[in-house]
Amino acid sequence: MASISNALRRPTSTTGVWGWITTVDHKKIGIMYGISAFSFFLIGGLEAFIIRLQLARPEHALVSPEIYSQLFTMHALTMIFLGVMPLSAAFFNLVIPLMIGARDVAFPRLNALSLWVFILGALMFQSGWVFGGAPNAGWFAYAPLTSSTFSPGHGMDYYVLGLGILGVSSVAAALNFIVTIINMRAPGMTLMKMPVFVWMTLVTSVLLVTAFPVITVGLIELFLDRTFGFHFFNPAAGADPVLWQHLFWVFGHPEVYILILPAMGIVTEVLPTFSKKPLFGYPVIVLSGISIGFMGWAVWSHHMFTVGLGPIANSVFALTTMTIAVPTGVKIFNWIATMWGGNIELKTPMLYSIGFIFLFIIGGLSGVMHAIAPSDAQQQDTYFIVAHVHYVLFGGSMFAIMSGIHYWFPKASGRMLSESIGKVSFWLMFIGMNVTFFPMHFLGMDGMPRRQYTYDSSYGWDFWNLVATIGVFFLAAGIIAFVHNFFRSIRKGEVAGNDPWDARTLEWSMASPPPEYNFAVIPTVSSRDAFWEQKQTGTTIKENEGGTAYGEEGNHGIHMPSPSYWPLVVAIGLTISGNGLMYSFPAAGFGVFLTMVGIYAWSMEPATAPDNH
Amino acid sequence: MANITEHMEHETTTGLDHRKLLIWAFLGSECMFFGSLIATYLVYYGQGLPGTPTPVQVLDIPTTSTSTFVLLMSSFMMVMSYNSISKGNVKNFRIWILCTAILGATFLGFQFYEFKEFATHYGLTPRTNLFGTTFFTTTGFHGAHVTVGVIWLMSLFFYSFKGDLTKDHGLMVDIAALYWHFVDVVWIVIFTMIYLIPVGVSS
Repeated sequence: MASISNALRRPTSTTGVWGWITTVDHKKIGIMYGISAFSFFLIGGLEAFIIRLQLARPEHALVSPEIYSQLFTMHALTMIFLGVMPLSAAFFNLVIPLMIGARDVAFPRLNALSLWVFILGALMFQSGWVFGGAPNAGWFAYAPLTSSTFSPGHGMDYYVLGLGILGVSSVAAALNFIVTIINMRAPGMTLMKMPVFVWMTLVTSVLLVTAFPVITVGLIELFLDRTFGFHFFNPAAGADPVLWQHLFWVFGHPEVYILILPAMGIVTEVLPTFSKKPLFGYPVIVLSGISIGFMGWAVWSHHMFTVGLGPIANSVFALTTMTIAVPTGVKIFNWIATMWGGNIELKTPMLYSIGFIFLFIIGGLSGVMHAIAPSDAQQQDTYFIVAHVHYVLFGGSMFAIMSGIHYWFPKASGRMLSESIGKVSFWLMFIGMNVTFFPMHFLGMDGMPRRQYTYDSSYGWDFWNLVATIGVFFLAAGIIAFVHNFFRSIRKGEVAGNDPWDARTLEWSMASPPPEYNFAVIPTVSSRDAFWEQKQTGTTIKENEGGTAYGEEGNHGIHMPSPSYWPLVVAIGLTISGNGLMYSFPAAGFGVFLTMVGIYAWSMEPATAPDNH
Repeated sequence: MANITEHMEHETTTGLDHRKLLIWAFLGSECMFFGSLIATYLVYYGQGLPGTPTPVQVLDIPTTSTSTFVLLMSSFMMVMSYNSISKGNVKNFRIWILCTAILGATFLGFQFYEFKEFATHYGLTPRTNLFGTTFFTTTGFHGAHVTVGVIWLMSLFFYSFKGDLTKDHGLMVDIAALYWHFVDVVWIVIFTMIYLIPVGVSS
């Protein structure tokens, strides 16, 4: 293996295309996560746009039922796994090391691996559209509809292998952030002095690490059924297809919190900054975040109230589901109390965060309605659920992510996003969001089922469907305004300076964009809002006494990890083996071989190249 | 490497090396993985089609007890090899880690023999019934983990000839050892749940 790593000399360039491809810098990785995930978010949005056009009128035939099934399946999967999750990962990468006073994540090359596995896995996942059909059995893919008998072709194979590969990326990233947060905090930053976003990242990472193996087992079982004729979900052999539902939702419900907890973390950073007040009830917010993470494991069967698990199971899961609303409500009250009496500045990030609270409350309330099992029996598989899920995931997660983008864009790029365009985009999205999704409550109450490609005019669903479709145009306009703002501001936005928002956390104490090594000297933290305290009291953040930074600079400068090819090689190997499992086993073997080569070369390569001192 | 290792130990918040935390978190993830596989097995226990092989008919407790013993002994060897490298005795380290890998491979040999016996004598394959499906998947994935472990141990064995594996690199062995012991512990759970309890209850 040594000869291979010698033959390919280690990359040294930190600029240009190769500089980006081989980078292990958490900030560059975060930016690449953000841009690729936002592109997939746009693809997912396009899919939704076509769905709404199809549903604009009764008996519309814009797309065939086959394509429609692929559209709603891919829309959900794209938004969840290629949109919101990696956008959260983008913030983890960009912000976490800066917030905790670290120079990088614990495993920079593993971080690059997560990025490349995500990008290549996502492309492979979407390539189903071109090769043999995208997945079409809904995002939760209930057995036995997914068996090779009922779903022939490769559509569901893209689901199985795509999600499997994306799981590798998520788990690797989550492990990395667990270690980073536990082990790389600046001196003085105890757990209860960490910013809430760091806390929520930690809880999310623990959920990812524990929830993904469950779906991985489900996917493996489904793969073995489809490809080798095993019987995991084959009722003819006595199997119980409800097993899939349990495996899926044991993963799927923690997954919901994987999507919302980072969003709650972002909002909790933005609200105090623009209210000019410290966060109200920090320990309570942290503890309710942790308890949401724990209780998220005990509610999965509320997705299965109509399966017939019996009154005991339904009652227990109804109760646990209602209980989980308590810590969520606690958070909402804390956010409101943080704003209460504050000197509120309605800048764009703040608008999105307030929008988040408003929309998330609506989604949360309908969530409590589903928790009542008999009520859920009426709502199951109707547009009422669609309304709920979009209020919490779009109004919730996505609005918080937009808030985060507007908040940290100056730090990442060094320039401000335009406030006026930002406000226009917010109001377009806020109005569009409500016009599109609020009528779905009415449609759902009226019994309109999900996942049907059209409806009959005599049901009386025409008006609200048309309204919902009109709302999508507002949403699209808002997104276009944001994208325009992004490209405009990145070139000629106002120069941001270190601390444009008068913010509280350590990332604002350095230049925008931050230097490669983040902190010239690792700070010593003495309070929760470390940077704010420094500004208020006029003291500078204490330098780490006898710290490593001095030692390093005294010897031979700051050691930063060197760029590397191998994460990319391993990611390519994994993607080839994934595709190979569908089309050709020898190719899969080659993919595994390439992965092995990458892993060996990686482990023989020191994290910091010796000649880079 | 030596510099970096020492360096990181000073720098971390908990005083633990990053890699050690990583492997523990990873093993937590693996618990959920095997937990789900074993849960699937238990859900389908006794649900096979009538007239197809059942666990009580095919499982061979004496043979599998032997292979379990072999795997447990390999954990002992692993402890000895870690002990040797922490004392800086590379020669003994090589002997012990080679023994660990050989015992691991022996366990895999037993498993291969067991799978073949089931297929040829009882006609039990993953496609026969739910027992076959869940049994081969659960034990097969455990076997795959043992295989990865053997490759890992052999890599450390060969790496030691490069001369870079010294007293300061105990952590590299420690991490492999944690993985190896974990795979052992999983086997104890599988052996108890899949082999001992069903056969014990019915006899």
